[in-house]
Amino acid sequence: MIWEVELILYMFVIVAAIVALEVKDLLTAVVSLTIFSFTMALLFVAMGGIDVGFTEAVVGAGVTGILFIVALYQTTIRTND
Amino acid sequence: MVAFAGLLIYGSLDLPYRGDADNLMHSQRSITDTVVAGNYFIQEAYNDANTPNMVTVVLGDYRSIDTLGEQVVVFTAGLICLLILRRYRPI
Amino acid sequence: MRTQFESPIVLLGSRLLSPYIMLFGIYVIFHGHYSPGGGFQGGALLASSVILIRLSGGRIVSRLQVREFFTTPLAAIGVIVYFGTGIVSILFGSYFLDYEALPFPGGLDPAALRYYGILVIEIGIGIAVMAILVMIYDHMARGEDYV
Repeated sequence: MIWEVELILYMFVIVAAIVALEVKDLLTAVVSLTIFSFTMALLFVAMGGIDVGFTEAVVGAGVTGILFIVALYQTTIRTND
Repeated sequence: MVAFAGLLIYGSLDLPYRGDADNLMHSQRSITDTVVAGNYFIQEAYNDANTPNMVTVVLGDYRSIDTLGEQVVVFTAGLICLLILRRYRPI
Repeated sequence: MRTQFESPIVLLGSRLLSPYIMLFGIYVIFHGHYSPGGGFQGGALLASSVILIRLSGGRIVSRLQVREFFTTPLAAIGVIVYFGTGIVSILFGSYFLDYEALPFPGGLDPAALRYYGILVIEIGIGIAVMAILVMIYDHMARGEDYV
């Protein structure tokens, strides 16, 4: 793959990870974690591991986001620390 | 932490390039002169299981007990969620 | 989640989208021999199509699709299909999970027998993963404060 595209994807990964760690609103953190997971799936596909990328896109960006949001609706939206 | 990151980057400078055909894991025999297992999987996957996708053959045939363990782990996780989060009956 | 949403547009969009996701999941399971995919990915796609209806429609609508009662036996059936394939191949004189001796009809050679053996265990994995993900969602969304 073209290395400029991979560089842009790596920058997306780092920015999404930092936003997911530092933000106060937990719903924003879940959305940012989904962005991180999907970008990692694109990077796996770019490296040639298509099955791993497919699994990451389905499980990481689909099912765990729903489960996190369900857990958020049962507890509080905002974090304490 | 910056020093540790610098150490990791310095260590990763000596890694071989991705997808290079001359890498050690793509060779026929390893440095201790034994047969590399992945090479056999790549060469014989279609003849053994009549399936073009060799990832499926490795997951389902050569490493099938590993996949069985993975499925038992997922099943145990589901059962633990059932035990912890189950609806409690009012007494 | 627990009750029905007020917006009918979300429910209509989910009902439009859900059968195509389910069809693509079944395609991924059965076409995993030729293209990337397999049991785990297909099972997660099937579970996401079921969870989409549950998320937008509430309990009353989702009871029409997959009952909450059926998920735990379905997960056990998926694991038993996988394990039973190994046990059957022991009983017909081979190693555990070695598909050379499976009793498929029609005198196939060992390569074709391995082909169908892999297909059977992929179906088992798909059923188990779908049932377990739906089961986790059900028990998580109902929780302890269920009246």
